[in-house]
Amino acid sequence: MALLNVENLSMVFGGLVAVDGVSFRAEEGKITSVIGPNGAGKTTLFNCITGFYRPTSGKIICRTHGRDFDLTGMAGHHIVRQAGIARTFQNIRLFPAMTVYENMLVAEHGRISALATLNPKRYAHEVAKSRALARSWLERMDLFPYANSRADALPYGIQRRVEIARALCTSPTLLCLDEPAAGLNHTESEGLAKLLLRITKEFNVSILLIEHDMQVVMNISDHIVVLDYGRRIAEGTASEVSMNPDVIKAYLGEDAHAA
Amino acid sequence: MEYLLQQLINGVTLGAIYGLIALGYTMVYGVLGMINFAHGEIYMIGAFLSLMGFALLGALGLPVAVVILLVLLAAMIITGAWGWSLERLAYRPLRGSPRLVPLISAIGMSIFLQNLVQLLQGARVKTMPPMINGGVEVMQRASDGFTVTISYTQILLWVVTVVLVSIFAYLIQNTSLGRAQRAVSQDAVMAEYLGINSNRTISITFIIAAMLAAVAGCMVMLYYGVVDFYIGFLAGMKAFTAAVLGGIGSLPGALLGGLLIGLIESLWSAYFSIEYKDVVAFIVLFLVLLIKPSGFFGRPSVEKV
Repeated sequence: MALLNVENLSMVFGGLVAVDGVSFRAEEGKITSVIGPNGAGKTTLFNCITGFYRPTSGKIICRTHGRDFDLTGMAGHHIVRQAGIARTFQNIRLFPAMTVYENMLVAEHGRISALATLNPKRYAHEVAKSRALARSWLERMDLFPYANSRADALPYGIQRRVEIARALCTSPTLLCLDEPAAGLNHTESEGLAKLLLRITKEFNVSILLIEHDMQVVMNISDHIVVLDYGRRIAEGTASEVSMNPDVIKAYLGEDAHAA
Repeated sequence: MEYLLQQLINGVTLGAIYGLIALGYTMVYGVLGMINFAHGEIYMIGAFLSLMGFALLGALGLPVAVVILLVLLAAMIITGAWGWSLERLAYRPLRGSPRLVPLISAIGMSIFLQNLVQLLQGARVKTMPPMINGGVEVMQRASDGFTVTISYTQILLWVVTVVLVSIFAYLIQNTSLGRAQRAVSQDAVMAEYLGINSNRTISITFIIAAMLAAVAGCMVMLYYGVVDFYIGFLAGMKAFTAAVLGGIGSLPGALLGGLLIGLIESLWSAYFSIEYKDVVAFIVLFLVLLIKPSGFFGRPSVEKV
């Protein structure tokens, strides 16, 4: 079984079918991307996977550390802690009034059990461990110089990187990124692409990516799932997907292929 | 001069009590974005529990310091449980509904708790003889022998307030619990996706708020020795004023606001008219809302369109 298995997932809002019977897999150690025109249901799919919505039907099974988790109906903080799935949002959601370092430490909080808080010695040990991990992520993500700056005082591109670093601080097996390149300039998004490759190869965290920047998607994805009107219309490698007539039609319109 | 000094001492004492209650308003506002209008009643329950504790332990003939410590602890624990149940029963089921709904629920709980205590304890004012007598004489006016005193009760009240506020401030500033709480108050959804159990964090916030209110209740019993089922309303409204004055959501703001309201109230009663001492606090509320709605340390709330 793959790391993430989405089977026949549907999400209906009133009369609107936002996700319509979508199935796909995300393999361990790979970058899986979900693309599609605006309103194709990508973010809804993400919200189902991370427990933000309870899907109308279908299954989402995640295999983490040899255990299977059914994510449908699991509480958000359990999905992070037990199934090891972290996510970022389209808009930046750092805790603005905290420093970068504190932002990182928040992600560590759930690891410290309530019982440990009552035992001063164990608590001190856990806290030291958290701090070491937060610092190591700051170093690996080249964010150390910003550690003590307030999050809302940083440039946009840095804030994006802090968000990814913070998500990594939860020690996830799967990192779900919702349009991480949005608002970045060309150089920054190239840097992001390199970073994402490093995260999978070096840090051994698999990635599920929603992205509009096709250059980023095509360059780094191992597997691409294309959605349109809530349906999966194609999947495969970058070259397979970019040649697929349905995909071209969805992106460019009915006549483009003929012309 | 001496008279003014005495009023300042009394005002700071009163302000410490308002500050302790105001912290509860501001902390709950921080994590839930709602005003817990039943918080004054939680303080009243804390005062009643302290009265019972003093009556019970006082009869055993233990040393005064031990009695006060035990009563304070017991009142904090039991009141904390009340605060937890309040959130569990009246606010959690309404999570996600429009903002007005939990507010109405809070007012309902406030009325319910007042009436519950009235039924259980009766409507008459209960009094308690002072536990600690005497004080320190600071100075004496030569002309007529008016002495400025700080009573031992006032000193105790200041010390307890400073110690407990420091402990809770440390908790919020430096521990993982406090960081989780600040995270939930800044972005509850994101906090959940970083593995923080936001419901539990909210529960803990209510417990801490109730505990601080219990401290205020216990101190009021020692200081004034008077309680009835209705004290929570006025004290709660004034503490709310203090929280707004300091900037709702800001912890140092709540303390500063409490101190100022206490000082304003005691100076007003000393120099102008004691009949209007309750009015003056609400005039302050009115002026703050009119001139600087975000208070001293509050963030101006900008609705994003």
